[in-house]
Amino acid sequence: MKPLKLLGLVMLVVLVGIQFIPSRTNQDKAVPPSDFMVVNGIPENIGHILRTSCYNCHSNNPNYPWYSRVQPVGWFLQSHVSKGKEELNFSEFGSYSIRKQKSKLSSMVSQIEKGEMPLSSYTFIHREARLSQENKKVLTDYLSALKDSL
Amino acid sequence: MKTTMILFFLALVSWGASAQHDHSRMGNSENSHSNMTPKMKEEPRVIPSITVKHSLIVTSILDNYLELKDALVDDNGKKAASSGKLLFDAIGKFDLSGQPAPKQKELKDILDDAKENAEHISESAGKIDHQREHFELLGGDIKDLIVITGADRTLYQLFCSMYNNNKGGKWLSASDKVKNPFFGDEKMKCGRVLVEIKVK
Ligand code: HEC
Repeated sequence: MKPLKLLGLVMLVVLVGIQFIPSRTNQDKAVPPSDFMVVNGIPENIGHILRTSCYNCHSNNPNYPWYSRVQPVGWFLQSHVSKGKEELNFSEFGSYSIRKQKSKLSSMVSQIEKGEMPLSSYTFIHREARLSQENKKVLTDYLSALKDSL
Repeated sequence: MKTTMILFFLALVSWGASAQHDHSRMGNSENSHSNMTPKMKEEPRVIPSITVKHSLIVTSILDNYLELKDALVDDNGKKAASSGKLLFDAIGKFDLSGQPAPKQKELKDILDDAKENAEHISESAGKIDHQREHFELLGGDIKDLIVITGADRTLYQLFCSMYNNNKGGKWLSASDKVKNPFFGDEKMKCGRVLVEIKVK
């Protein structure tokens, strides 16, 4: 067999093989009462943006597209989810102290304004999560006002 | 299968891209200061002051906070990170049990937030803008802390209105001379004293 063909075959076997490695999914159907949306009575348009652009990495209620179950895309996402949730978990937002909520809202605004979030390595594949200039503004205005109201 | 292969390569590429997740895009801050002509001559104003009790319990926290501030004034992210780590440790050693019971919850919230901010600073040696973001939040925590616990030295809370796209940023210093930690060399003089925190 030609080396290239062999390589292709090996990769194929590996790719198929890794699909069977059990992976922990971050899926929890119930939205807890401490969820950011519930606690703050977030309007639908804001909720929609957050759910599509942030919740997959920063909550216990992600809504993954089908290809997120394809490895290694899934693993890649998972590593981000565990780190992302450690930093900010929208599902637990209501249990944060007011001080921490304010700090996190400040960080959210600056991360969005600077284009750091959502992670570009993620939006590269998950195109739907990209924020338009307009949505950025809507979101940061809302989050800043929310911070000042707490 | 073809899609899987494509996705595999995309994932590899994006993996590489994630490693470069730095703040390289942050240099070009918008030029929105045009309506902010700085006043050249400010009339002498009476600086408001508050007085807190004398206490040594926050000495190491304040020492490390001020070291961190100086590192940011010097645009030294590495030094800021190491001071951030020392500050993180100092906050961790704060003994809540010696504080009045009704204040403990609030103090815990303050210390938790301060710790998280210090941790971010300690882990972001190469991202001074990110360190400054958390330093700004940290300043609020430390001020609220000493209002409750007291302090061992006179401090000033200063304010620079240009920071963060003109949203402004506050910090603490042991001197009323303005040396800006948010811009470093760039706008060293941005700032004024908001309040003097005296020790009884
Ligand atoms: C691909 C997963 C992913 C997505 C999508 C994502 N984040 Fe993050 N986020 C992370 C990770 C991972 C971290 C940890 C820090 C890092 O790696 O930069 C983080 C950190 C943060 C932080 C903490 C930063 C700090 O300075 O304290 C905030 C705030 C944040 N994200 C907000 C958001 C917001 C708002 C959105 C949606 C607009 C979002 N993130 C979308 C993965 C993600």
